[in-house]
Amino acid sequence: MATETGPAPTGAIQGAFQAGVVPQDGAAAFRAPLDHVDVGAGTITASVAPASAGDGGLDHETLREMYRFVALARALDERIWQLNRAGRAPFVVSGQGHEAALVGAGFALDRANDVVLPYYRDLALCLVFGLSARDVMMSVLARAPDPMSGGRQMPAHYGSARLRIVSSSSVVASQLPHATGTAYAAKLRGTGQVSLACFGEGAASKGDFHEACNFAGIHRLPVVFFCENNRYAISVPQSLQMAIDNVADRAAGYGFPGVVVDGTDLLAVHRAVGEAAARARRGEGPTLVEAKVYRFHPHTSDDDDRTYRSQDEVKAWRAWDPLARFEARLREVGALDDRTRAEIAAGVAAEVEAATDAAEAAPFPDPATFDRYVYDGG
Amino acid sequence: MPVMTYREALKTAMADEMERDDSVVMLGEDIGVYGGTHVITDGLLERFGPKRIIDTPIAEGGFTGAAIGMAMTGLRPIVEMMTWNFSFLAADQIIQNAAKLRYFSGGQVTVPLVIRGPNGGGVQLSAQHTHSLEGFYGHFPGLKVVSPATPADVKGMMLTAIRDPDPVIFLEAGALYGTKGEVADGDATVPFGKARVAREGTDVTLIAYGRQVNLLLKVAETLAAEGVSAEVIDLRSIRPFDAATIVESVRKTHRAVVVQEQWRWFSVASEVAAVIQEEAFDDLDAPVERVSGAEVPAPYARNLELAAFPSEAQIVAAVQRVLYRT
Repeated sequence: MATETGPAPTGAIQGAFQAGVVPQDGAAAFRAPLDHVDVGAGTITASVAPASAGDGGLDHETLREMYRFVALARALDERIWQLNRAGRAPFVVSGQGHEAALVGAGFALDRANDVVLPYYRDLALCLVFGLSARDVMMSVLARAPDPMSGGRQMPAHYGSARLRIVSSSSVVASQLPHATGTAYAAKLRGTGQVSLACFGEGAASKGDFHEACNFAGIHRLPVVFFCENNRYAISVPQSLQMAIDNVADRAAGYGFPGVVVDGTDLLAVHRAVGEAAARARRGEGPTLVEAKVYRFHPHTSDDDDRTYRSQDEVKAWRAWDPLARFEARLREVGALDDRTRAEIAAGVAAEVEAATDAAEAAPFPDPATFDRYVYDGG
Repeated sequence: MPVMTYREALKTAMADEMERDDSVVMLGEDIGVYGGTHVITDGLLERFGPKRIIDTPIAEGGFTGAAIGMAMTGLRPIVEMMTWNFSFLAADQIIQNAAKLRYFSGGQVTVPLVIRGPNGGGVQLSAQHTHSLEGFYGHFPGLKVVSPATPADVKGMMLTAIRDPDPVIFLEAGALYGTKGEVADGDATVPFGKARVAREGTDVTLIAYGRQVNLLLKVAETLAAEGVSAEVIDLRSIRPFDAATIVESVRKTHRAVVVQEQWRWFSVASEVAAVIQEEAFDDLDAPVERVSGAEVPAPYARNLELAAFPSEAQIVAAVQRVLYRT
């Protein structure tokens, strides 16, 4: 909490906060997601992916499908918050603000073959990889049909062996070494699979991040490290997490490229991750793609973000709402009009409604099964 | 049956399984060209190549995590810890991931992973290379924990470990790498969860695992000369745990002494004593005695190290107490 008397984490941030100026890690004012990527100063080693233009070379059907996933992830996330506030869902981890980056990344992969290692903000990616709204809602309400864990793990810890979504731990970055293992196995067996390993900028402070990147670099593994930099690790701003602007700058130290991309520009992410995946498939090794995004909601339902960021800042970022941006783009290129948008919205609403109803009607796990799945045969 | 060292038996099991199953790979520090700091993997790089014998960077959490990722996608990795002390660097991966992934995936994911290396002391490496972690790892559901004491068991249990669909903590008796014994050729697996009666006797049951089993066999000889018939039980497996063999023995001898190198509090010996009092209370003629390592970090100097670990004299004294001969 910013207090009058407590020591300031840094003068610039604290001063900005008290003055009511948007605290953009010391920058004077917020303008756009890539504003703080200081290309001109020559301090960065990562490249900056260009903003997308037009339809990104994709057909309108695909663009609408992408849009539908962004809208579905958003609607589902909002419904989960509502259920939580109504006392019907115990816990929410929100991914609002990350959706376009995740849908762009997911569509850049081979969804029938590749492997993803999501973390807890990656609802949109998991939907793209085949989880349904119903699956998600079963997990949120901890019902018996929860395909992730049968009500054993918290919500937002996605996992489906069938869909090649690798189950992960609550401990940030611990999935990154796993990704080097899934990529190593793919390379050893020649499956052609690329592993996409997702994490936040806070996770990049962990030893697991370093150890995974180092191992992946040494063995030129087919892995894409996908950093969703939303500028806060719960309450800690990026300026207290690292002394550099871009997590992607660190890739140079592991012997592979780093790319910074505007994570609110779905098609820019799609292209950046697509290039990284193609590089991995050619046997040229890993890439670290850093998508600059913003988390619109508190970290979880147990967090009050008013204690560490101004609502002006949140409002300013709303101008880069990835859902709205993508919708505007689709209208601009003629892939979406009022009618198709309404159709998609109605479909999404119906899907969320049906998922909620199904989950609320589903039984809780049978208490007699609480010790199942500890060991083989158990 | 051929006679070989504990070290050779261990390597034989892993090499045989790598021949039989090409999904078995090995990761660890210095296991390739160098052949392992304890010379366990010597020659395996030449036989199986660098794709399957992976010399890793010094990053226990990283390579254990990589092995978990491999295991989740169909490989059967064996991770060497240079010493089990270093596994603390990988504790999150082992305890929070390997042990919980099956449960937290509702049974979708299996982690057929073996983590192996020298456990315990006795070779003057002091406390940052000397730890007995059977109680620590035995605490966590989702892990299997074994501690073979003989060349035959280290081979047979390694074969079982590699084929097991769950993560196995394979605690080798580092001080016994050079000891010799008969080892059956071929597919001589030894199941988990089955203790071994290493010596039959009628007056007192002595229970241990790992290198303390050999100490107990010496003590049993000494006691025999004094007219005491000691039964020696080698637990072999910490989790799953074979209570039946212990209880059966105590019903016969009515007395038990449990010996371990690890510290006394919250330990395997404590668990054994609890199991005996739960399941054989009416058969006991004396309280169960525990002989444990002293509550100090393992020291370096030979005489200090000897003072910190269970001795023959301490065990004999405990036996005398349960026999009321003091």
